[in-house]
Amino acid sequence: MKKIFQFILFAAVLGAGSCKKDKDFLDVKPISILDNESAFSDPAQVLSILGNLYNRQLDFSSLEDWATFADFSESFPSENGRAYIVQRTGWGYGEWGINWFDSYAYIRELNLFLQRCEAAPNLSAGDKKRFLAEARFLRANFYFEITKRLGGVPLITEPLLYDFKGDPGYLQHPRAKESEMYDFVISEAESIKNDLPADANVKSRASKGAALAMESRAALYAASIAKYGATTPQVALPGGEVGIPAGMANDYYTKALNAAKEIIDGSAGGYALYNSKPDLAENFYGLFLDKNNNPESIFIEDFKLKSGKVHYFTGWNQPRYGAEEEEGGRINPSLNLVESFEKLDNTYGPLPVEDGSGNPIYYANQSDIFEGRDARLSGTVILPGTAFKGRNVDIWAGYQLADGSILTGDDRGAQKVLPGGTNPVQVVGFDGPINAKEFTAQSGFYIRKYLDPAPGGGSRGTSSEVPFQRYRFGEVLLNAAEAAFELGQPDVAAGYMNQVRTRAGLVIPLAAGDITFDRIVHERRVELAFEGHILYDMKRWRLATKVWDGNKMTEADLLSNIGKATKRNTQPYALWPYKYHNPSSPNNGKWIYKIVLPSLVTGANNFQLGNYYSFIDDNVRSNNPKIVRQPNQ
Amino acid sequence: MKITYHHIIILVTAAAFMSCKKDNYDPPKTKLSGKLVYQGEAIQVEYDRVPFQLYQYGFGKVGAIGGTFAPDGSYSMLLFNGDYKFVIPNDQGPFVWKKTASGAPDSLSINLKGNQELDIEVTPYYMLRNAQLTAGGGKISGSFAVEQIITGADAKNIERVSLYINKTQFVSGANNIAFTDIAGSSITDIGNITLETSVPAIVPAQNYVFARIGLKIAGVEDIIFSPVQKLNF
Repeated sequence: MKKIFQFILFAAVLGAGSCKKDKDFLDVKPISILDNESAFSDPAQVLSILGNLYNRQLDFSSLEDWATFADFSESFPSENGRAYIVQRTGWGYGEWGINWFDSYAYIRELNLFLQRCEAAPNLSAGDKKRFLAEARFLRANFYFEITKRLGGVPLITEPLLYDFKGDPGYLQHPRAKESEMYDFVISEAESIKNDLPADANVKSRASKGAALAMESRAALYAASIAKYGATTPQVALPGGEVGIPAGMANDYYTKALNAAKEIIDGSAGGYALYNSKPDLAENFYGLFLDKNNNPESIFIEDFKLKSGKVHYFTGWNQPRYGAEEEEGGRINPSLNLVESFEKLDNTYGPLPVEDGSGNPIYYANQSDIFEGRDARLSGTVILPGTAFKGRNVDIWAGYQLADGSILTGDDRGAQKVLPGGTNPVQVVGFDGPINAKEFTAQSGFYIRKYLDPAPGGGSRGTSSEVPFQRYRFGEVLLNAAEAAFELGQPDVAAGYMNQVRTRAGLVIPLAAGDITFDRIVHERRVELAFEGHILYDMKRWRLATKVWDGNKMTEADLLSNIGKATKRNTQPYALWPYKYHNPSSPNNGKWIYKIVLPSLVTGANNFQLGNYYSFIDDNVRSNNPKIVRQPNQ
Repeated sequence: MKITYHHIIILVTAAAFMSCKKDNYDPPKTKLSGKLVYQGEAIQVEYDRVPFQLYQYGFGKVGAIGGTFAPDGSYSMLLFNGDYKFVIPNDQGPFVWKKTASGAPDSLSINLKGNQELDIEVTPYYMLRNAQLTAGGGKISGSFAVEQIITGADAKNIERVSLYINKTQFVSGANNIAFTDIAGSSITDIGNITLETSVPAIVPAQNYVFARIGLKIAGVEDIIFSPVQKLNF
C-alpha cells in the first residue's frame, strides 16, 4: 500500500512537471550562436563581423605570398621551386583568374551584411551609416579587383536565395558590360564618400580618401581601356563584357582627375607625400614602414604583431648573410628594373659597365656605379655595397684575374687560393650571386621595399607587421598626372609628377613639353614597383602584348630604349660585381661589373591576346550558360 | 590474432581480384587525326600555340576537350565513338576560320565510328612558298617567296618575316638560339626574300641545327611557318 502511494506521488510530480507547453520547454535560445538581431545590436560586434569581411579582400600582390611580387621580369625568383616563373614561355589563360565560388560567396556575405545592418533596430544612425558605407566600399573594391582580371561579371548587389523548386534559371545573371562595372565602382564611391570619415589617420578601415582613391584609379583604368583598347580591337566582345568604346575615354579621365583632385586639395583629410627623413632613399623606404606619422598611406592591409595576423615577407626576402633565419634572398630585382631608374638630370641610361672602347670600368667603391640616380632605386632595391639593418650586404660574384679568367666558388663565401697567394681567401660573397643557388642574390640585387628592420622582423617566431599599401597618395598624384596628360593639360600633369619626383631627388622639374606617354608609363613603373600594379597597368594600356612579346631578350635589347613604354621585358637580367685582382695594376682591388643572364632563365614572357582577360572556368559557364566566353581563348 | 604477412597477402590478393570488375571503363580507343591544310598543303604553326576544341554531344555539362596543333600542323586525339563538333576558337591561328552570324566560331560535325583522318581546311592570310634553307660558313641562309592568299577587305599586312634556328626541332620565337628579322615594310619583292643568320656557339657542341622561316601577320597573334628542316654543317 505504501509503495503504491509512493508510486502515485512520483507520477503526479512527473505529470505536473510536464504540464509546460512543448514550445516553452524545447525552444531554448542557443547560447553559442548569435542571431541576426543580437549580432547587429552592438557596434563592437558589428565591427568584428566587418573585420572578417575586410580580411577577405583580394590584392594582386600580397605580403603573405612573396611569389605574387616576383613575376614579369621585374625580378628573378631565387628559390628553385619557383624557377618555373622564368622558365615558362607564357601564362595559361586561367592565370590571375578568381575562385568563382569563393568570390561570389564573399559578395553574398557583403550583400547579407548590408541587408542585415540596414534592418538592425538597435544601432545608432551614425554607426549604421559608417558600417554600411564600409561594406559598400569593400564590395565596390572587390568588384573592381575582379573586373581588372575578368572584365565584366554578373553584378549582384542583393543576396540571392534559391527556392528549391528545381529551376535555378532566375538566379543566372549574365555578365555586365565592362564599362558598367567601372561605372558601378565610381558611383558607389561617390555615394559613400561622405558617409566615411574624412580623416587621414584612418588607414586600415575605409575612409573618404580610400573611396576617392579607388574611384580615381577605377576611372583611370576604364579611361585607358577605352582609349588604348582601340589598338587591340580583337580584345573585345560584341556585348561589351570586355572592352569599352573609345568615345567614353574623356569622360572617365575627367572623373579620375576630379576624384584625385579632391584628395589632393585636402577635402578628404590631410594627405601628403611622406617626407620625414633627410636621406631621400631612406625616406622612400620609410614610407612603407611608418604606420604612425604617415600622411601618405590612404588604405592599407594592416598587420599586427602578436595578434595572429603577421607576415613573413621579411624572412623570405631579407639578405641571406647574417639573417635572423637561415633563409631569405628570394626576390632579386632584375637589372631591367634597376637600370630604368633615371639619372638625376632626368635622362635615362644603362649602368656604365664598359667604356667606349669596350674595356671594363673600374669602381673604387662597389656602390659607385649607382651614384647619381633616382633615390627610389636605393629605396626599393638593396644594391651591392649598401646595407640592411646596419650590416653591409656581401654581394660579389668572384675575382676577375689579370689573365682574363675568373676565380669564384660554388658556395656562399667559398674560399680559394689567389694566384701568388698561399692561404685560401674568400672568393665569392656570402650573399652570392652564385648561379642557380637559391636564396642568394642571383640578379646581384635584393628587394628592400617592405623589409622590416625591427628586431625579429625576419624571424619565424615574431614575423613582421609592415603593412601593404593598397592606396597611397603618391599613386593618387600619378593618377592625376596621367588623367591630366590624357585630357591635354600637360602643364597640370607636370605639376603633379614633379611633386612625386622631387621627393625622389629628381629636383630638376619636368616642363609641360617633357610629359609624354612614355614618361607616364615609366614613372608608374619605378614609383610603384612591387606594389602589384605592373600587370594591371600593362593590361589597361594594352602594352602587355608588346613588352612581353615572347621573344628572348638580347643584351642590346636590354641596354637600348630605356624609358620607352614598349621596351621588351621578357627575361630578367643580372648585374654581377667582381673584384679585380692584379697586384701590378693601379686598379687592383677595384670593382668591375658584368651583365649576365642567369642560366635558369630559359623562358621568355609571352603575353597573348587571350591573357588580357582571364579564363572563366567551363564549370561556371556550364552552370550558367548566360556567361559568355572571353575573347581570343 | 596476430597479423602476419600471410594475412596481408591474402587481403591484398582478395582486393586485387575484387577490383578487376566492372568499375573500370575501357580507355578511349578511336583515333581522330589529321592536319591543318590549305588546298592540300599543310600549314605549319608554332608548338602549343594554336588551339582547337572538340565538343561531344549528349552530356549535361558543356565543356571542351581541348588540344593544340603540332608544329607541322597535325593533331591527333583518342576519343570514344560518338558525335562531336570541332571548333577553332576565334582569332586563333594564322588563318581565317569561319564565324557564324552571331560571331561564334563555326563548327565542323564529326561522326566518329572508328579511326578517322580528317584534314582541317582553312584559309591562311599568306603562304610561304619554295623555302630553301642552306647551311654554310657558320651561317644559315634562307630564301623563299610569299603568296598572299586573302586579298581585298580582309587582307592583312606582313608585320615581319623571321628566320629562326634552334638546337631542337621546336623552332619559334619562344624557342630559338638565334634569329633574324626583316620588317614587312622593308620587303620589296614578296616573290623573293632572303634571310641570313649566324649560328652561335652551341653547348654541348652539335653539328646540325633546325631552322624554319616564320611570317608574322599584322594584327594576328600566331605566326605561319615553313616546314622545319634539319641542316648539317
